Amino acid sequence: MLKQIEGSRAVAEAVALCRPEVICAYPISPQTHIVEALGEMCRTGALPGCEFINVESEFAAMSVAIGASAAGARSYTATASQGLLFMAEAVFNASGLGLPIVMTVANRAIGAPINIWNDHSDSMSMRDCGWIQLFAETNQEALDLHIQAFRLAEELSLPVMVCMDGFILTHAVERVDMPSLEQVRAFLPPYVPRQVLDPAEPVSIGAMVGPEAFMEVRYLAHAKQIQALGLIPEFAADFRKTFGRDSGGLVRAYRCDDAETIVVALGSVVGTIQDVVDEMREGGVKIGVLAIKSFRPFPLVEVREILQHARRVVVLEKTLAVGIGGVMSMNVRMALTQVALKGYTVIAGLGGRPITKASLHRLFADAHADRLEHLTFLDLDRKVVERVLDRERETRRSGPIAENILRDLGVVAARI
Amino acid sequence: MAFEQVKFYQTGTFTVGNRLLEPELRSVQADTTRTNSLNSGHRACQGCGEALGARYAIDAAMEATDNQLIAVNATGCLEVFSTPYPETSWQIPWIHSLFGNAAAVATGVAAAMRAKGRETTRVVAQGGDGGTTDIGFGCLSGMFERNDDVLYICYDNGGYMNTGVQRSSATPPAARTATTPAMGPEPGNVFGQGKNLPEIAMAHGIPYVATATVADLRDLEAKVRRAMQIRGARYMHILVPCPLGWGHASADTIRIARLAKETGTFPVFEAECGEVTSRLPIRKRLPVEDYLKPQKRFAHLFGPEPATATLARLQALADRNIRKYALLEET
Repeated sequence: MLKQIEGSRAVAEAVALCRPEVICAYPISPQTHIVEALGEMCRTGALPGCEFINVESEFAAMSVAIGASAAGARSYTATASQGLLFMAEAVFNASGLGLPIVMTVANRAIGAPINIWNDHSDSMSMRDCGWIQLFAETNQEALDLHIQAFRLAEELSLPVMVCMDGFILTHAVERVDMPSLEQVRAFLPPYVPRQVLDPAEPVSIGAMVGPEAFMEVRYLAHAKQIQALGLIPEFAADFRKTFGRDSGGLVRAYRCDDAETIVVALGSVVGTIQDVVDEMREGGVKIGVLAIKSFRPFPLVEVREILQHARRVVVLEKTLAVGIGGVMSMNVRMALTQVALKGYTVIAGLGGRPITKASLHRLFADAHADRLEHLTFLDLDRKVVERVLDRERETRRSGPIAENILRDLGVVAARI
Repeated sequence: MAFEQVKFYQTGTFTVGNRLLEPELRSVQADTTRTNSLNSGHRACQGCGEALGARYAIDAAMEATDNQLIAVNATGCLEVFSTPYPETSWQIPWIHSLFGNAAAVATGVAAAMRAKGRETTRVVAQGGDGGTTDIGFGCLSGMFERNDDVLYICYDNGGYMNTGVQRSSATPPAARTATTPAMGPEPGNVFGQGKNLPEIAMAHGIPYVATATVADLRDLEAKVRRAMQIRGARYMHILVPCPLGWGHASADTIRIARLAKETGTFPVFEAECGEVTSRLPIRKRLPVEDYLKPQKRFAHLFGPEPATATLARLQALADRNIRKYALLEET
């Protein structure tokens, strides 16, 4: 059914169609509307048979999900930013215990300085936590990915994070095609846990493992993710059969076939890049974009196959690996082992800075002419940065950086 | 107290006359068909109070729930010594997740049981004092406040024994630990710090709070049984001496626990909805020195020049407990 609704609401309705049995909620922007909507559905009975628990922290949210999942209940929570960091210990634990929890991450920057707007620093900080990480480009894909996520998680007994850009997707009102409960039921079988806490068949879960077996346990976690590389496209194809549209998969290449320059990106910015690609193509520039849909597992083979025929790759990412540059660039570089092409890393959109078509046009034109630095910060205000560095050279006690920058900029709101 | 008063074999002893009781009134531990939830073969130290307390409590909980029980364990001694992979001493469904989240994991298990309509399966969370009063406190308070259907049991041995005897917020004043050494002008743990978790639990207004020691088996079992008759958040705080951390003889675990109660150092009581409803009276009041002296963690108080001022402060704390909980009055 076609609906004109907010991204968060769309995700909440899709999650409800998956009939979770336990949902833990802790508010954090920009995720909050999702759990609010689910809480409402639990109250009204629109989502029957589900326990909705208002927990006292994100650490508790993930911990309650761990308990519920280990006891055989389909479990869901959502978080973002500081919340994801606060639950980090339990995030690793959930994957280590092989519990198929599904969690939405409404991607948001990490402080300090505190910032509620979108970038990918939060989920990227958890890239090696053992969870599958899927990135949505649109609200439609965000809701579709949740349905696929439960199937994937439960098939592999592994937790799945569905990442969607905070505000850009979560708060955008768009048209989505909401599936029916029957469709979802046809696609998503009931949850049958591999191992469950049950007095009829007592097991000990979460025992201590020493050096004699720990390596093997970790290897098997890796092997499961490699299995996911096969299952993700398989389920996306099956999804297409049931729901009649493409969503998910490992990667999606757009006008890459003859491209000399290929931009690699994650999440909602792919749409903007596609528009710029179309416009540049009209001007005869051979450029394309490769969207990474599954960041973990990372599709090394698929990325290599698409990129190896290009002359250069521009990895545009909303995360800064402080002290080296890009996170995704390192992964892309791994895919391109022994492939000789020029590589550029572009850090863009940190803390919600808009990524505009005008800036992308300039950026891609520079890249296409190989005029780009290997590490570029899109729309960075160099003057402000230099002023701070100068001040610090003059006096060590120059004050906190964030506050100094804001003072230099004057009335900030006027610039947004 | 809701159980039959037992006779003692001889006047003046603490040897319980279990065999003088009708079979149905005997303790769960005396029953040959007890679960042995925490089975033999685990790697606890000799004389471990926590191993004893856990078996008493979980066996009693198993009996009270007709064996429909799931246990959640915080990281700590109990977890480490009971499940060295691939072995496990647990005869019941058991999960360990992290140090600070046992209460929240238990909430999740209870929620799953409710969602599946299997509310006859009950949930116990357990941890040491570090996992309860310090790192797990946030999750515990959340579980209390929501009144989730979980019995949380804290086995209090007054410190981080698993990591080598460091101070926790349950370490008593003056006690020597690796992080409160018996050095300087005020040796040992500082006075005026620490948390009284049973009272904090009571302040949440939860339906049931009880304290117990491993010295009073029948009292401990009766409290577990009572706890399992109630729905909602329940808290039990069990004093479990640690021969390693406290520096007492392994054979003295029960005696030390009894002395904690008989000196008023550890008040044994139960409370419902924030009100004290019963307490285990002191049978024969003893000075705190009797409890402190056999423990090496207090050895610095008994040097050539006894720390009389410190001992007086510890005695005053015990006296306060005795007054506050009316521990000298017969029930």
